[in-house]
Amino acid sequence: MTSLITRNETLVAVVIVLFCIIAAVSDPNFLTVTTLSDLLRASIVLGILAVGAMLVLISGGIDVSFTAVAVSAMYMTTKFSLAFAPEMPWFLIFTLSVLLGAGLGAINALFIAGFGLPTLIVTLGTLSVFRGFLLTFVGSDRISALPPDMREFSRMVIARGTTESGDFYNLPWSLAALVAVVLLTAFILHKTMLGRSIFAIGGSVESARRIGINVRRTQVFVYVYVGALAGLAGILHGSMNRMADPFSLVGLELSVIAAVVLGGARLIGGYGTITGTLLGVALIVLVQNSLIVIGIPSTWQSVTIGALILLGTGLPAYQAKRAAARAG
Amino acid sequence: MGSPDTDALIEMRGITKRYAGVTALDEVDFVVAPGEAVCLAGENGSGKSTLIKVLSGVEQPTEGTIRIGGERMTGLTPRRAAAAGVLVIFQDFSLFPNLTVAENIAFVSELAEHRQFFNRRAARETARRVLERIGVDIPLDARVEHLPVAHKQLVAICRALACEARLIIMDEPTTALTEREVRRLLGIIRLLKDEGVAVVFVSHKLAEVLEVSEKVVVLRNGRKVAEGPAEDFDAASLTRHMTGRDVARASPGAFGGTAETLLKVEALNKPGSFSNVSFEMRRGEVLGITGLLGSGRTSLAKALFGLVAPDSGRITLDGQNVPLGDPVAAARARIGYVPEDRLTEGLFLTQSILRNVAVGRLDSHERRGFLDMKALIGEAGDWLTRLKVKTPSLSAPVTSLSGGNQQRVALARWLARAPKMLILNGPSVGVDVGSKAEIHDIIRDLGAQGLGVIVISDDLPELLATCHRILVMRGGEMVEEIEGGSITETELAHKMAS
Repeated sequence: MTSLITRNETLVAVVIVLFCIIAAVSDPNFLTVTTLSDLLRASIVLGILAVGAMLVLISGGIDVSFTAVAVSAMYMTTKFSLAFAPEMPWFLIFTLSVLLGAGLGAINALFIAGFGLPTLIVTLGTLSVFRGFLLTFVGSDRISALPPDMREFSRMVIARGTTESGDFYNLPWSLAALVAVVLLTAFILHKTMLGRSIFAIGGSVESARRIGINVRRTQVFVYVYVGALAGLAGILHGSMNRMADPFSLVGLELSVIAAVVLGGARLIGGYGTITGTLLGVALIVLVQNSLIVIGIPSTWQSVTIGALILLGTGLPAYQAKRAAARAG
Repeated sequence: MGSPDTDALIEMRGITKRYAGVTALDEVDFVVAPGEAVCLAGENGSGKSTLIKVLSGVEQPTEGTIRIGGERMTGLTPRRAAAAGVLVIFQDFSLFPNLTVAENIAFVSELAEHRQFFNRRAARETARRVLERIGVDIPLDARVEHLPVAHKQLVAICRALACEARLIIMDEPTTALTEREVRRLLGIIRLLKDEGVAVVFVSHKLAEVLEVSEKVVVLRNGRKVAEGPAEDFDAASLTRHMTGRDVARASPGAFGGTAETLLKVEALNKPGSFSNVSFEMRRGEVLGITGLLGSGRTSLAKALFGLVAPDSGRITLDGQNVPLGDPVAAARARIGYVPEDRLTEGLFLTQSILRNVAVGRLDSHERRGFLDMKALIGEAGDWLTRLKVKTPSLSAPVTSLSGGNQQRVALARWLARAPKMLILNGPSVGVDVGSKAEIHDIIRDLGAQGLGVIVISDDLPELLATCHRILVMRGGEMVEEIEGGSITETELAHKMAS
């Protein structure tokens, strides 16, 4: 495969490896289980959101409202639980948040699949509406007294321990949520006709209609599914931070989309891989958490991420444009 | 109405289709036998697309009956038509550029089987079998976006075959193919016919497919005007039936005037697009540039207006050097360019007709930094009247106009700037027959008024009817120069393709 070297995934993987090498050289403590577990923890919420954003990009749309969906689902679930059923077990809390997220996603689907409106316009609108509704009608207090089982979940770990050098590490069960989301999404995308239809409408909506793909139904699925993933990511975020903060998450949407685009998904639709998306997330998380290790002040974070996007996506786009001009 | 034909694969009787008062099809009968190849000919707006839409279930007929394989079909949908074995290959093939060859081929048949799960191996197997059936070797895992046009068409044919097609309808199948690719396509069509698959070619350029066809049906203005065995038709008689004119409009002949040289192009070079292109054009001359898709004609057209930057060469207009790759300078030198795809490149579709013309003249109506709206609008309105744009209101959006009238708006914008030279890329693509003739009249008039006009087109009758001289491009090079009136359409087609 000659395309292997020009693919975004490869490019991102190379940058990640380089970053780690430089980091390990400048700080011997970088390559430890502790760093790894910290980075993994930081990737969970971002990763789940990114998988959702990728699905939308593949289908030929763009969703910027998912952070508002996530924070709304999380905060409303917390409020509900505290008010009516503080003893709810964690899996019911999670289910409620996922359902709320799916419901908010269905509102996006109504406008996009139902009325045929442009996805960016719709989700820009719902981003504001969802968040505004949350802060105005549900509440704007940070809640640190979470339902007990939600707090409990964040303490459940797959593995924990202390390294020989005395550093503490742990792997929370919320990591399993990311793994499950990845596996489920990969299955849908590659093993079901629904998933192939998502790729197809991203490739060409008109062709999809002509061969009898139900474009609306496919879009409804995409936006509801993304809403559900956002609901899950939101409640995980609240649980892991041990605080329901209605001001959190919103603002992250562009970082998430950046991660997905870095991983090779194209804004025109039809392209995107889970591997690429996860690599993109890994790179963004590395930059956000460890830039200081390689001697770049953390104020340079957004500059670095921006430069990576320009390079990582601009280069292939430029090459494609050159090729098109030659074929002209 | 005629009696039911029990052996027919497709039997359409008395098909009438009306859209809001306009009759697109009027009592048309259309019958196809198994394994038969039929040419459905007609100009744009003749009703051939509507007939195909009715047959493939995209549109419902206002009146008339459709039988497929003897079974009366009511409320036909694209999916039901496909299930009955009627598949359309659109001119753009309707493939998914981001998916592999195998998946493109297998997708429709998998949908038809109402599968829920996708099996890559089964899809590959389906695709492999169909490709083998027509004896074509295309890598199964290649993405369709990377394939050449001819291969995309083969993939589209395979996709139809994977659905067990009994009738394949091909829309403009030969437009983008070289002569050799057309040969191969015809070979495959013969193979399919032997297996009992019927084929309908829909085209306004049918000379190439006549030899594999049994029957020709010609539509004009929604009516069937001719039907008969293919051997009774040739290119000339087809054109006559399609246009309803006895002879194609006479060529303007070779350029007679002794006018001075207007445009001089010397050794224009753009690697990968065109190489070493030189020609001259005199004032008042209408010059045609033609070639197949990918021959470099479009890049050259754009290069003349600075939209593509050549690596080397020289363009002089009226003895003045025109900077390369600079559309603003080209416009200042009074070169005008009307793009092929006026919808995306030329016009502001949702803006008013008047504004679309006026926008080209903003800088000429400036008074101390402010815009003289009255003069601007007055001038634009004047040009629209002169070009006979048919519209109830000049403030209506351009989208409300027919294709021919949109083209006039694009022309009016440039004419308002008093150009010395106009480049028209595909001037009558997508306009109806009547407008086409009028646009050709306009082109001839422009030449007569002393403008230099370059017509870039692969519509051969158009070139023959308007140009004093035709330059033929092949593989990026100028290979032939033909004086107007000295060549027939068939000869010209050969020169383009060989």
